[in-house]
Amino acid sequence: MAEGDLGRVYRDGEILVRQGDAGDCMYVIQEGQAEIFVERDGKEVLLRTAGAGEVIGEMALFERVVRSASVRAKGEMRALTVDKRNFLKRINEDPSLAFRLVKLMSAKIREMSEEVARYRAGEENHQFGE
Amino acid sequence: MELKPTGDTLDDGAEVAVLGSGPAGSFFAYFLLTLAETVGKELRVDLYEARDFNKLAPGGCNMCGGIISETLVQNLATEGIHLPPTVVQRGIDSYILHTDEGSVRIEPGIAEKRIGAVYRGSGPRDTKERKWGSFDGHLQKIAVEKGARVVQGRVTEVTRDHGRPRVAARGIEPKTYDLLAVAAGINAGTLKMFEAVGFGYEPPATTKTFIREYYLGEEGVLQALGRSMHVFLLNIPRLEFAAIIPKGDYASVCLLGEDIDEDLVQRFFAVPQVRGCFPEAWQMAGRSCHCAPRISLSPATHPYADRIVFVGDCAVTRLYKDGIGAAYRTAKAAARTAVLEGVSRDAFHKHYAPICRSIRNDNQVGKVTFLVTRVIQKLRVARRAVLRMTKREQDQARLRPRMSGVLWDMFTGSASYLDVFLRTLHPVFLVRLTGNLAASLWPRRWARRRNPSG
Repeated sequence: MAEGDLGRVYRDGEILVRQGDAGDCMYVIQEGQAEIFVERDGKEVLLRTAGAGEVIGEMALFERVVRSASVRAKGEMRALTVDKRNFLKRINEDPSLAFRLVKLMSAKIREMSEEVARYRAGEENHQFGE
Repeated sequence: MELKPTGDTLDDGAEVAVLGSGPAGSFFAYFLLTLAETVGKELRVDLYEARDFNKLAPGGCNMCGGIISETLVQNLATEGIHLPPTVVQRGIDSYILHTDEGSVRIEPGIAEKRIGAVYRGSGPRDTKERKWGSFDGHLQKIAVEKGARVVQGRVTEVTRDHGRPRVAARGIEPKTYDLLAVAAGINAGTLKMFEAVGFGYEPPATTKTFIREYYLGEEGVLQALGRSMHVFLLNIPRLEFAAIIPKGDYASVCLLGEDIDEDLVQRFFAVPQVRGCFPEAWQMAGRSCHCAPRISLSPATHPYADRIVFVGDCAVTRLYKDGIGAAYRTAKAAARTAVLEGVSRDAFHKHYAPICRSIRNDNQVGKVTFLVTRVIQKLRVARRAVLRMTKREQDQARLRPRMSGVLWDMFTGSASYLDVFLRTLHPVFLVRLTGNLAASLWPRRWARRRNPSG
Protein backbone atom coordinates (compact mmCIF):
# COMPACT_ATOMS: atom_id res chain seq x y z
CA MET A 1 0.00 0.00 0.00
CA ALA A 2 1.43 3.37 -1.00
CA GLU A 3 1.71 6.03 1.73
CA GLY A 4 -0.82 8.17 -0.11
CA ASP A 5 -3.45 5.44 -0.40
CA LEU A 6 -6.61 6.41 1.42
CA GLY A 7 -8.95 3.89 3.00
CA ARG A 8 -8.09 0.36 4.12
CA VAL A 9 -6.58 -2.61 2.31
CA TYR A 10 -8.51 -5.92 2.48
CA ARG A 11 -6.77 -9.23 1.82
CA ASP A 12 -8.12 -11.74 -0.71
CA GLY A 13 -11.28 -13.32 0.72
CA GLU A 14 -11.56 -10.87 3.64
CA ILE A 15 -15.17 -10.01 4.46
CA LEU A 16 -16.19 -6.34 4.37
CA VAL A 17 -19.90 -6.84 4.95
CA ARG A 18 -21.73 -9.87 6.33
CA GLN A 19 -25.31 -10.68 5.29
CA GLY A 20 -27.67 -10.19 8.24
CA ASP A 21 -25.43 -7.72 10.12
CA ALA A 22 -26.62 -4.22 10.96
CA GLY A 23 -24.99 -1.64 8.67
CA ASP A 24 -24.09 1.97 9.34
CA CYS A 25 -21.77 2.73 6.44
CA MET A 26 -21.15 2.17 2.76
CA TYR A 27 -17.89 1.50 0.94
CA VAL A 28 -16.35 3.12 -2.11
CA ILE A 29 -13.88 0.79 -3.84
CA GLN A 30 -10.63 2.63 -4.54
CA GLU A 31 -8.65 -0.21 -6.07
CA GLY A 32 -9.28 -3.90 -6.88
CA GLN A 33 -12.51 -5.87 -6.88
CA ALA A 34 -15.12 -7.18 -4.43
CA GLU A 35 -17.63 -10.00 -4.75
CA ILE A 36 -21.19 -9.52 -3.60
CA PHE A 37 -22.96 -12.75 -2.71
CA VAL A 38 -25.89 -14.13 -0.72
CA GLU A 39 -26.22 -17.39 1.13
CA ARG A 40 -29.40 -19.35 0.36
CA ASP A 41 -30.14 -22.83 1.70
CA GLY A 42 -26.50 -23.21 2.71
CA LYS A 43 -25.32 -22.37 -0.80
CA GLU A 44 -23.42 -19.30 -1.90
CA VAL A 45 -24.93 -17.36 -4.81
CA LEU A 46 -22.68 -14.77 -6.45
CA LEU A 47 -24.69 -11.66 -7.38
CA ARG A 48 -22.01 -9.56 -9.02
CA THR A 49 -18.42 -8.35 -8.91
CA ALA A 50 -17.81 -4.67 -8.20
CA GLY A 51 -14.71 -2.74 -9.29
CA ALA A 52 -12.86 0.52 -8.61
CA GLY A 53 -15.10 3.57 -8.22
CA GLU A 54 -18.16 1.46 -7.42
CA VAL A 55 -20.19 1.86 -4.27
CA ILE A 56 -21.24 -1.10 -2.12
CA GLY A 57 -23.50 -1.38 0.91
CA GLU A 58 -25.28 1.88 0.08
CA MET A 59 -28.70 0.49 1.07
CA ALA A 60 -27.60 0.77 4.74
CA LEU A 61 -27.51 4.56 4.35
CA PHE A 62 -31.19 4.77 3.47
CA GLU A 63 -32.79 1.86 5.33
CA ARG A 64 -32.66 0.48 8.86
CA VAL A 65 -32.59 -3.15 7.87
CA VAL A 66 -29.81 -5.70 8.09
CA ARG A 67 -27.33 -6.20 5.23
CA SER A 68 -29.00 -8.03 2.36
CA ALA A 69 -25.79 -9.58 1.02
CA SER A 70 -22.19 -10.25 1.98
CA VAL A 71 -19.18 -8.59 0.37
CA ARG A 72 -15.65 -9.99 0.26
CA ALA A 73 -12.42 -8.90 -1.35
CA LYS A 74 -11.54 -10.62 -4.63
CA GLY A 75 -7.77 -10.43 -4.55
CA GLU A 76 -6.22 -7.57 -2.61
CA MET A 77 -8.50 -4.54 -2.68
CA ARG A 78 -8.73 -1.10 -1.09
CA ALA A 79 -11.95 0.59 0.00
CA LEU A 80 -12.95 3.79 1.76
CA THR A 81 -15.74 3.80 4.33
CA VAL A 82 -18.45 6.48 4.21
CA ASP A 83 -20.27 6.84 7.54
CA LYS A 84 -24.05 6.98 7.56
CA ARG A 85 -23.98 9.86 10.09
CA ASN A 86 -21.66 11.96 7.93
CA PHE A 87 -23.66 11.18 4.80
CA LEU A 88 -27.04 12.08 6.32
CA LYS A 89 -25.70 15.33 7.80
CA ARG A 90 -24.25 16.35 4.47
CA ILE A 91 -27.33 15.36 2.50
CA ASN A 92 -29.42 17.53 4.80
CA GLU A 93 -27.42 20.54 3.57
CA ASP A 94 -26.95 19.33 0.01
CA PRO A 95 -29.60 16.92 -1.27
CA SER A 96 -27.85 16.79 -4.65
CA LEU A 97 -25.14 14.63 -3.02
CA ALA A 98 -27.63 11.78 -3.45
CA PHE A 99 -27.83 12.31 -7.27
CA ARG A 100 -24.86 10.05 -7.94
CA LEU A 101 -26.06 7.33 -5.59
CA VAL A 102 -29.54 7.45 -7.14
CA LYS A 103 -27.94 7.16 -10.60
CA LEU A 104 -25.83 4.19 -9.49
CA MET A 105 -28.80 2.49 -7.81
CA SER A 106 -30.98 3.08 -10.85
CA ALA A 107 -28.31 1.47 -13.07
CA LYS A 108 -28.29 -1.53 -10.71
CA ILE A 109 -32.12 -1.80 -10.86
CA ARG A 110 -31.98 -1.71 -14.66
CA GLU A 111 -29.37 -4.47 -14.67
CA MET A 112 -31.45 -6.55 -12.26
CA SER A 113 -34.64 -6.02 -14.31
CA GLU A 114 -32.84 -7.34 -17.38
CA GLU A 115 -31.62 -10.31 -15.37
CA VAL A 116 -35.14 -11.07 -14.06
CA ALA A 117 -36.53 -10.76 -17.61
CA ARG A 118 -33.89 -13.19 -18.89
CA TYR A 119 -34.61 -15.58 -16.03
CA ARG A 120 -38.41 -15.44 -16.58
CA ALA A 121 -38.02 -15.92 -20.33
CA GLY A 122 -35.82 -18.95 -19.66
CA GLU A 123 -38.41 -20.34 -17.21
CA GLU A 124 -41.24 -19.93 -19.76
CA ASN A 125 -39.19 -21.59 -22.46
CA HIS A 126 -38.51 -24.43 -20.04
CA GLN A 127 -42.28 -24.78 -19.27
CA PHE A 128 -43.14 -25.02 -22.95
CA GLY A 129 -40.43 -27.62 -23.39
CA GLU A 130 -38.32 -25.55 -25.78
CA MET B 1 -47.79 23.26 -10.52
CA GLU B 2 -44.61 24.19 -12.37
CA LEU B 3 -41.67 25.17 -10.16
CA LYS B 4 -40.15 28.36 -11.51
CA PRO B 5 -36.57 29.48 -10.85
CA THR B 6 -36.29 32.66 -8.79
CA GLY B 7 -34.20 34.65 -11.28
CA ASP B 8 -32.39 34.80 -14.60
CA THR B 9 -31.42 31.32 -15.61
CA LEU B 10 -28.51 29.79 -17.49
CA ASP B 11 -29.89 28.72 -20.85
CA ASP B 12 -28.51 25.97 -23.02
CA GLY B 13 -25.19 27.20 -24.42
CA ALA B 14 -24.70 29.85 -21.71
CA GLU B 15 -21.14 31.08 -21.10
CA VAL B 16 -19.67 31.01 -17.60
CA ALA B 17 -16.36 32.43 -16.37
CA VAL B 18 -14.63 31.15 -13.25
CA LEU B 19 -11.84 33.32 -11.83
CA GLY B 20 -9.27 31.09 -10.21
CA SER B 21 -8.74 27.37 -10.54
CA GLY B 22 -7.94 26.49 -6.94
CA PRO B 23 -10.25 23.98 -5.23
CA ALA B 24 -13.22 26.42 -5.06
CA GLY B 25 -12.97 27.34 -8.76
CA SER B 26 -12.46 23.79 -10.02
CA PHE B 27 -15.17 22.38 -7.74
CA PHE B 28 -17.55 25.10 -9.00
CA ALA B 29 -16.78 24.33 -12.65
CA TYR B 30 -17.05 20.58 -12.08
CA PHE B 31 -20.37 20.68 -10.23
CA LEU B 32 -21.85 23.32 -12.54
CA LEU B 33 -21.14 21.10 -15.55
CA THR B 34 -22.24 17.91 -13.76
CA LEU B 35 -25.57 19.41 -12.65
CA ALA B 36 -26.14 21.02 -16.07
CA GLU B 37 -25.62 17.62 -17.65
CA THR B 38 -28.16 16.11 -15.22
CA VAL B 39 -30.82 18.65 -16.24
CA GLY B 40 -29.89 18.35 -19.92
CA LYS B 41 -28.14 21.69 -20.47
CA GLU B 42 -24.85 22.32 -22.18
CA LEU B 43 -22.79 25.12 -20.66
CA ARG B 44 -19.44 26.58 -21.71
CA VAL B 45 -17.09 27.20 -18.79
CA ASP B 46 -13.84 29.20 -18.97
CA LEU B 47 -11.53 28.62 -16.00
CA TYR B 48 -9.16 31.63 -15.69
CA GLU B 49 -5.93 30.74 -13.91
CA ALA B 50 -2.66 32.67 -13.71
CA ARG B 51 -0.72 29.86 -12.04
CA ASP B 52 0.74 26.79 -13.68
CA PHE B 53 0.30 23.98 -11.14
CA ASN B 54 3.13 22.03 -12.76
CA LYS B 55 5.63 24.58 -11.46
CA LEU B 56 7.46 24.13 -8.15
CA ALA B 57 7.21 26.55 -5.21
CA PRO B 58 4.93 29.67 -5.20
CA GLY B 59 4.65 29.82 -9.00
CA GLY B 60 2.47 26.71 -8.93
CA CYS B 61 1.15 26.74 -5.37
CA ASN B 62 -1.91 28.29 -3.75
CA MET B 63 -0.23 28.05 -0.35
CA CYS B 64 -1.99 26.28 2.51
CA GLY B 65 -1.39 23.43 4.97
CA GLY B 66 -2.88 20.97 2.51
CA ILE B 67 -5.05 18.75 4.67
CA ILE B 68 -8.13 17.07 3.18
CA SER B 69 -10.43 16.44 6.13
CA GLU B 70 -12.06 13.13 6.94
CA THR B 71 -15.49 14.53 6.04
CA LEU B 72 -14.30 15.92 2.72
CA VAL B 73 -12.54 12.67 1.77
CA GLN B 74 -15.83 10.83 2.34
CA ASN B 75 -17.91 13.44 0.50
CA LEU B 76 -15.60 13.42 -2.51
CA ALA B 77 -15.66 9.61 -2.61
CA THR B 78 -19.47 9.76 -2.62
CA GLU B 79 -19.36 12.34 -5.42
CA GLY B 80 -17.15 9.99 -7.45
CA ILE B 81 -14.08 12.25 -7.13
CA HIS B 82 -11.10 9.99 -6.65
CA LEU B 83 -7.98 11.15 -4.81
CA PRO B 84 -5.15 8.94 -6.12
CA PRO B 85 -1.88 8.22 -4.27
CA THR B 86 -0.11 10.24 -6.95
CA VAL B 87 -1.77 13.32 -5.44
CA VAL B 88 -2.21 12.35 -1.78
CA GLN B 89 1.31 12.38 -0.36
CA ARG B 90 0.38 10.62 2.83
CA GLY B 91 -2.78 9.12 4.28
CA ILE B 92 -3.12 10.23 7.90
CA ASP B 93 -4.46 7.64 10.36
CA SER B 94 -4.00 9.40 13.70
CA TYR B 95 -3.17 12.65 15.47
CA ILE B 96 -0.58 13.11 18.19
CA LEU B 97 -1.29 15.88 20.66
CA HIS B 98 1.82 17.37 22.23
CA THR B 99 1.82 19.58 25.31
CA ASP B 100 4.65 20.54 27.65
CA GLU B 101 3.18 17.89 30.00
CA GLY B 102 3.54 15.02 27.54
CA SER B 103 2.01 13.63 24.37
CA VAL B 104 -0.89 11.38 23.47
CA ARG B 105 -1.84 9.59 20.25
CA ILE B 106 -5.49 9.99 19.24
CA GLU B 107 -6.88 7.37 16.92
CA PRO B 108 -10.27 7.48 15.24
CA GLY B 109 -12.87 4.80 15.89
CA ILE B 110 -12.10 3.21 12.53
CA ALA B 111 -8.74 1.73 11.47
CA GLU B 112 -8.56 3.50 8.13
CA LYS B 113 -6.62 6.34 6.51
CA ARG B 114 -9.33 8.92 5.83
CA ILE B 115 -7.34 12.16 5.98
CA GLY B 116 -5.10 13.18 3.11
CA ALA B 117 -1.96 15.35 3.21
CA VAL B 118 -1.40 17.04 -0.16
CA TYR B 119 0.59 19.78 -1.82
CA ARG B 120 -1.52 22.44 -3.47
CA GLY B 121 1.22 22.94 -6.06
CA SER B 122 3.87 20.56 -7.40
CA GLY B 123 6.05 20.73 -4.30
CA PRO B 124 8.70 22.80 -2.52
CA ARG B 125 11.38 24.80 -4.27
CA ASP B 126 14.12 22.15 -3.96
CA THR B 127 12.01 19.10 -4.91
CA LYS B 128 14.53 16.54 -6.19
CA GLU B 129 12.21 13.99 -7.72
CA ARG B 130 8.60 14.65 -8.71
CA LYS B 131 6.75 11.69 -7.25
CA TRP B 132 3.46 13.46 -6.56
CA GLY B 133 1.27 15.86 -8.48
CA SER B 134 -0.47 19.06 -7.41
CA PHE B 135 -3.85 18.74 -5.66
CA ASP B 136 -5.12 21.92 -7.36
CA GLY B 137 -3.83 20.58 -10.67
CA HIS B 138 -5.72 17.32 -10.09
CA LEU B 139 -9.01 19.13 -9.45
CA GLN B 140 -8.42 21.37 -12.46
CA LYS B 141 -7.93 18.23 -14.57
CA ILE B 142 -11.23 16.79 -13.29
CA ALA B 143 -13.02 20.05 -14.22
CA VAL B 144 -11.39 19.99 -17.67
CA GLU B 145 -12.44 16.36 -18.18
CA LYS B 146 -16.01 17.51 -17.42
CA GLY B 147 -15.73 20.08 -20.19
CA ALA B 148 -14.22 23.25 -18.66
CA ARG B 149 -11.62 25.16 -20.68
CA VAL B 150 -8.55 26.58 -18.90
CA VAL B 151 -7.66 30.14 -19.88
CA GLN B 152 -4.07 30.66 -18.74
CA GLY B 153 -3.75 34.31 -17.83
CA ARG B 154 -4.16 36.93 -15.13
CA VAL B 155 -7.53 38.71 -15.11
CA THR B 156 -6.97 42.46 -15.22
CA GLU B 157 -10.48 43.93 -15.26
CA VAL B 158 -14.10 42.99 -14.61
CA THR B 159 -16.82 45.32 -15.87
CA ARG B 160 -20.49 45.11 -16.81
CA ASP B 161 -21.72 44.81 -20.39
CA HIS B 162 -25.50 45.38 -20.50
CA GLY B 163 -25.78 43.85 -17.04
CA ARG B 164 -23.57 40.87 -17.86
CA PRO B 165 -20.05 40.47 -16.44
CA ARG B 166 -17.22 41.19 -18.86
CA VAL B 167 -13.79 39.76 -18.12
CA ALA B 168 -10.52 41.11 -19.47
CA ALA B 169 -7.29 39.15 -19.03
CA ARG B 170 -3.70 39.97 -20.00
CA GLY B 171 -3.12 39.09 -23.65
CA ILE B 172 -6.64 37.75 -24.19
CA GLU B 173 -9.64 39.37 -25.93
CA PRO B 174 -12.22 40.59 -23.31
CA LYS B 175 -15.33 38.41 -23.19
CA THR B 176 -18.88 38.85 -21.86
CA TYR B 177 -20.39 36.04 -19.80
CA ASP B 178 -23.80 35.00 -18.48
CA LEU B 179 -22.30 34.25 -15.07
CA LEU B 180 -19.04 34.99 -13.31
CA ALA B 181 -17.90 32.90 -10.34
CA VAL B 182 -15.03 34.42 -8.39
CA ALA B 183 -12.78 31.89 -6.67
CA ALA B 184 -9.66 34.01 -6.39
CA GLY B 185 -8.88 33.23 -2.74
CA ILE B 186 -7.73 36.03 -0.47
CA ASN B 187 -4.06 36.20 -1.31
CA ALA B 188 -4.49 37.64 -4.80
CA GLY B 189 -4.95 41.32 -5.59
CA THR B 190 -7.81 40.35 -7.92
CA LEU B 191 -10.46 41.12 -5.30
CA LYS B 192 -9.73 44.88 -5.43
CA MET B 193 -11.22 44.93 -8.96
CA PHE B 194 -14.68 44.23 -7.57
CA GLU B 195 -14.76 47.37 -5.44
CA ALA B 196 -15.09 49.24 -8.75
CA VAL B 197 -17.95 47.02 -10.03
CA GLY B 198 -20.05 48.63 -7.30
CA PHE B 199 -22.28 46.07 -5.63
CA GLY B 200 -20.74 46.46 -2.19
CA TYR B 201 -18.38 43.47 -2.10
CA GLU B 202 -15.84 43.75 0.68
CA PRO B 203 -13.18 41.03 1.11
CA PRO B 204 -12.80 39.16 4.42
CA ALA B 205 -10.51 40.40 7.21
CA THR B 206 -7.31 38.36 7.22
CA THR B 207 -4.28 37.44 9.26
CA LYS B 208 -0.87 36.11 8.29
CA THR B 209 0.07 32.47 8.86
CA PHE B 210 3.33 30.58 8.62
CA ILE B 211 4.06 27.48 6.52
CA ARG B 212 7.53 26.02 6.12
CA GLU B 213 8.71 22.80 4.47
CA TYR B 214 11.66 20.77 5.73
CA TYR B 215 13.22 18.00 3.64
CA LEU B 216 13.60 14.75 5.60
CA GLY B 217 13.23 12.21 2.76
CA GLU B 218 10.36 9.72 2.53
CA GLU B 219 11.91 7.30 5.07
CA GLY B 220 12.94 10.15 7.35
CA VAL B 221 9.39 11.54 7.39
CA LEU B 222 7.98 8.11 8.19
CA GLN B 223 10.47 7.55 11.00
CA ALA B 224 10.10 10.99 12.54
CA LEU B 225 6.38 11.61 12.14
CA GLY B 226 4.84 8.29 11.09
CA ARG B 227 1.38 8.53 9.57
CA SER B 228 0.23 11.00 12.22
CA MET B 229 -0.38 14.69 12.11
CA HIS B 230 1.33 16.27 15.14
CA VAL B 231 -0.57 19.08 16.84
CA PHE B 232 0.61 21.25 19.71
CA LEU B 233 -1.12 22.81 22.69
CA LEU B 234 1.57 25.16 23.95
CA ASN B 235 1.58 28.22 26.15
CA ILE B 236 3.09 30.57 23.59
CA PRO B 237 1.36 33.97 23.33
CA ARG B 238 -0.28 34.75 19.96
CA LEU B 239 -0.05 31.11 18.83
CA GLU B 240 -3.53 29.65 18.26
CA PHE B 241 -2.66 26.38 16.58
CA ALA B 242 0.48 24.59 15.47
CA ALA B 243 0.90 21.43 13.48
CA ILE B 244 3.57 19.37 11.77
CA ILE B 245 2.17 17.42 8.81
CA PRO B 246 3.99 14.47 7.24
CA LYS B 247 4.05 14.67 3.46
CA GLY B 248 5.99 12.73 0.81
CA ASP B 249 9.63 13.75 1.36
CA TYR B 250 8.90 16.75 3.57
CA ALA B 251 7.53 17.79 6.95
CA SER B 252 5.20 20.81 6.70
CA VAL B 253 5.17 23.10 9.72
CA CYS B 254 2.02 25.23 9.99
CA LEU B 255 1.50 27.93 12.59
CA LEU B 256 -1.74 29.87 12.96
CA GLY B 257 -2.28 32.82 15.23
CA GLU B 258 -2.01 36.57 15.41
CA ASP B 259 0.62 37.92 13.03
CA ILE B 260 3.15 35.13 13.23
CA ASP B 261 6.67 36.61 13.23
CA GLU B 262 10.19 35.18 13.44
CA ASP B 263 10.28 35.61 17.24
CA LEU B 264 7.18 33.42 17.62
CA VAL B 265 8.60 30.86 15.18
CA GLN B 266 11.87 30.67 17.20
CA ARG B 267 9.91 30.16 20.43
CA PHE B 268 7.92 27.37 18.83
CA PHE B 269 11.01 25.51 17.59
CA ALA B 270 12.67 25.91 21.00
CA VAL B 271 10.00 23.70 22.63
CA PRO B 272 11.48 20.22 23.31
CA GLN B 273 8.28 18.47 22.12
CA VAL B 274 8.64 20.22 18.75
CA ARG B 275 12.35 19.32 18.46
CA GLY B 276 11.40 15.76 19.36
CA CYS B 277 9.36 15.49 16.15
CA PHE B 278 12.51 15.92 14.04
CA PRO B 279 15.59 13.71 13.69
CA GLU B 280 18.43 14.49 16.16
CA ALA B 281 20.82 15.97 13.60
CA TRP B 282 18.11 18.12 12.02
CA GLN B 283 18.79 21.85 11.60
CA MET B 284 16.01 24.43 11.63
CA ALA B 285 17.90 26.63 9.18
CA GLY B 286 17.78 23.99 6.45
CA ARG B 287 14.31 24.83 5.22
CA SER B 288 13.19 23.98 1.70
CA CYS B 289 10.31 26.33 1.07
CA HIS B 290 8.54 29.00 3.03
CA CYS B 291 5.38 31.05 2.69
CA ALA B 292 3.23 33.30 4.82
CA PRO B 293 -0.23 33.16 3.22
CA ARG B 294 -3.14 35.04 4.73
CA ILE B 295 -6.20 33.25 6.09
CA SER B 296 -9.56 34.83 6.54
CA LEU B 297 -10.98 35.74 9.94
CA SER B 298 -14.41 36.95 8.85
CA PRO B 299 -16.81 36.48 5.94
CA ALA B 300 -16.90 38.82 2.94
CA THR B 301 -19.67 41.39 2.65
CA HIS B 302 -22.11 40.93 -0.25
CA PRO B 303 -20.49 37.84 -1.86
CA TYR B 304 -23.03 37.79 -4.69
CA ALA B 305 -24.85 40.09 -7.10
CA ASP B 306 -26.78 39.64 -10.34
CA ARG B 307 -24.76 37.13 -12.39
CA ILE B 308 -21.75 37.27 -10.04
CA VAL B 309 -21.02 34.92 -7.15
CA PHE B 310 -17.97 34.54 -4.89
CA VAL B 311 -17.03 31.06 -3.68
CA GLY B 312 -14.37 29.65 -1.35
CA ASP B 313 -12.11 31.82 0.82
CA CYS B 314 -13.06 35.08 -0.89
CA ALA B 315 -16.69 34.48 0.23
CA VAL B 316 -16.45 32.62 3.53
CA THR B 317 -14.38 29.80 4.98
CA ARG B 318 -14.15 27.85 8.22
CA LEU B 319 -12.14 29.47 10.99
CA TYR B 320 -8.57 28.05 10.97
CA LYS B 321 -9.66 24.62 9.67
CA ASP B 322 -10.91 22.69 6.66
CA GLY B 323 -10.66 25.54 4.15
CA ILE B 324 -10.81 23.07 1.24
CA GLY B 325 -13.97 21.56 2.77
CA ALA B 326 -15.54 25.03 2.93
CA ALA B 327 -14.49 25.64 -0.70
CA TYR B 328 -16.31 22.42 -1.68
CA ARG B 329 -19.47 23.42 0.23
CA THR B 330 -19.68 26.99 -1.10
CA ALA B 331 -18.71 26.03 -4.66
CA LYS B 332 -21.30 23.28 -4.83
CA ALA B 333 -24.03 25.44 -3.28
CA ALA B 334 -23.34 28.23 -5.78
CA ALA B 335 -23.26 25.79 -8.73
CA ARG B 336 -26.51 24.19 -7.57
CA THR B 337 -28.16 27.61 -7.29
CA ALA B 338 -26.94 28.71 -10.73
CA VAL B 339 -28.18 25.57 -12.51
CA LEU B 340 -31.39 24.86 -10.62
CA GLU B 341 -32.55 28.25 -9.30
CA GLY B 342 -31.04 31.03 -11.41
CA VAL B 343 -28.21 33.53 -11.41
CA SER B 344 -29.90 36.66 -10.07
CA ARG B 345 -28.96 38.28 -6.79
CA ASP B 346 -32.30 37.08 -5.37
CA ALA B 347 -31.61 33.49 -6.35
CA PHE B 348 -28.19 33.55 -4.69
CA HIS B 349 -29.65 35.33 -1.66
CA LYS B 350 -32.34 32.70 -1.24
CA HIS B 351 -30.37 29.54 -2.04
CA TYR B 352 -26.65 30.30 -1.64
CA ALA B 353 -26.54 32.75 1.27
CA PRO B 354 -27.85 30.18 3.83
CA ILE B 355 -24.72 28.03 3.29
CA CYS B 356 -22.46 31.07 3.80
CA ARG B 357 -24.47 32.02 6.90
CA SER B 358 -24.22 28.52 8.31
CA ILE B 359 -20.39 28.59 7.99
CA ARG B 360 -20.26 32.13 9.43
CA ASN B 361 -22.46 31.22 12.41
CA ASP B 362 -20.46 28.10 13.11
CA ASN B 363 -17.29 30.21 13.13
CA GLN B 364 -18.80 32.29 15.95
CA VAL B 365 -19.01 29.09 18.01
CA GLY B 366 -15.49 28.27 16.77
CA LYS B 367 -14.24 31.55 18.26
CA VAL B 368 -15.63 30.49 21.66
CA THR B 369 -14.01 27.04 21.41
CA PHE B 370 -10.66 28.61 20.49
CA LEU B 371 -11.08 30.96 23.48
CA VAL B 372 -11.49 27.90 25.71
CA THR B 373 -8.46 26.30 24.03
CA ARG B 374 -6.47 29.46 24.81
CA VAL B 375 -7.42 29.13 28.51
CA ILE B 376 -6.30 25.48 28.44
CA GLN B 377 -3.03 26.55 26.79
CA LYS B 378 -2.38 29.04 29.59
CA LEU B 379 -3.29 26.79 32.55
CA ARG B 380 -0.91 23.94 33.21
CA VAL B 381 -3.50 22.09 35.30
CA ALA B 382 -5.99 22.25 32.42
CA ARG B 383 -3.39 20.95 29.94
CA ARG B 384 -2.61 18.09 32.32
CA ALA B 385 -6.31 17.26 32.74
CA VAL B 386 -6.97 17.21 28.97
CA LEU B 387 -3.93 15.02 28.41
CA ARG B 388 -4.84 12.67 31.28
CA MET B 389 -8.46 12.29 30.15
CA THR B 390 -7.42 11.60 26.55
CA LYS B 391 -4.73 9.08 27.56
CA ARG B 392 -7.19 7.14 29.72
CA GLU B 393 -9.73 7.02 26.88
CA GLN B 394 -7.12 5.84 24.39
CA ASP B 395 -5.83 3.18 26.83
CA GLN B 396 -9.22 1.84 27.90
CA ALA B 397 -11.39 0.67 25.03
CA ARG B 398 -14.48 0.47 27.29
CA LEU B 399 -14.44 4.26 27.86
CA ARG B 400 -16.39 6.21 25.27
CA PRO B 401 -13.82 8.56 23.70
CA ARG B 402 -15.44 11.85 24.66
CA MET B 403 -12.35 14.07 24.98
CA SER B 404 -10.56 12.18 22.19
CA GLY B 405 -13.59 12.72 19.92
CA VAL B 406 -13.73 16.43 20.73
CA LEU B 407 -9.99 16.88 20.07
CA TRP B 408 -10.12 14.73 16.93
CA ASP B 409 -12.91 16.81 15.43
CA MET B 410 -11.31 20.10 16.53
CA PHE B 411 -7.96 19.19 14.93
CA THR B 412 -9.26 17.47 11.82
CA GLY B 413 -12.11 19.89 11.13
CA SER B 414 -14.33 16.83 10.59
CA ALA B 415 -17.29 18.20 12.54
CA SER B 416 -18.83 21.63 12.94
CA TYR B 417 -17.64 23.77 15.84
CA LEU B 418 -21.20 23.71 17.18
CA ASP B 419 -21.21 19.92 17.23
CA VAL B 420 -17.85 19.89 19.05
CA PHE B 421 -19.01 22.54 21.53
CA LEU B 422 -22.27 20.75 22.34
CA ARG B 423 -20.38 17.54 23.07
CA THR B 424 -18.30 19.37 25.70
CA LEU B 425 -21.53 20.24 27.52
CA HIS B 426 -22.54 16.59 27.92
CA PRO B 427 -22.85 15.76 31.67
CA VAL B 428 -20.57 12.70 31.38
CA PHE B 429 -17.89 14.81 29.64
CA LEU B 430 -18.12 17.46 32.36
CA VAL B 431 -18.01 14.93 35.22
CA ARG B 432 -14.99 13.18 33.70
CA LEU B 433 -13.22 16.46 33.03
CA THR B 434 -13.84 17.61 36.61
CA GLY B 435 -12.39 14.33 37.89
CA ASN B 436 -9.32 14.73 35.70
CA LEU B 437 -8.91 18.35 36.78
CA ALA B 438 -8.99 17.22 40.42
CA ALA B 439 -6.50 14.44 39.67
CA SER B 440 -4.21 16.96 37.96
CA LEU B 441 -4.51 19.51 40.79
CA TRP B 442 -3.92 17.05 43.65
CA PRO B 443 -2.19 14.06 42.02
CA ARG B 444 -1.03 12.45 45.32
CA ARG B 445 -4.35 12.76 47.12
CA TRP B 446 -6.13 11.45 44.01
CA ALA B 447 -3.76 8.46 43.72
CA ARG B 448 -4.34 7.61 47.44
CA ARG B 449 -8.11 7.76 46.94
CA ARG B 450 -7.94 5.46 43.92
CA ASN B 451 -5.54 3.04 45.61
CA PRO B 452 -5.95 3.31 49.43
CA SER B 453 -3.80 0.23 50.15
CA GLY B 454 -0.84 1.77 48.33
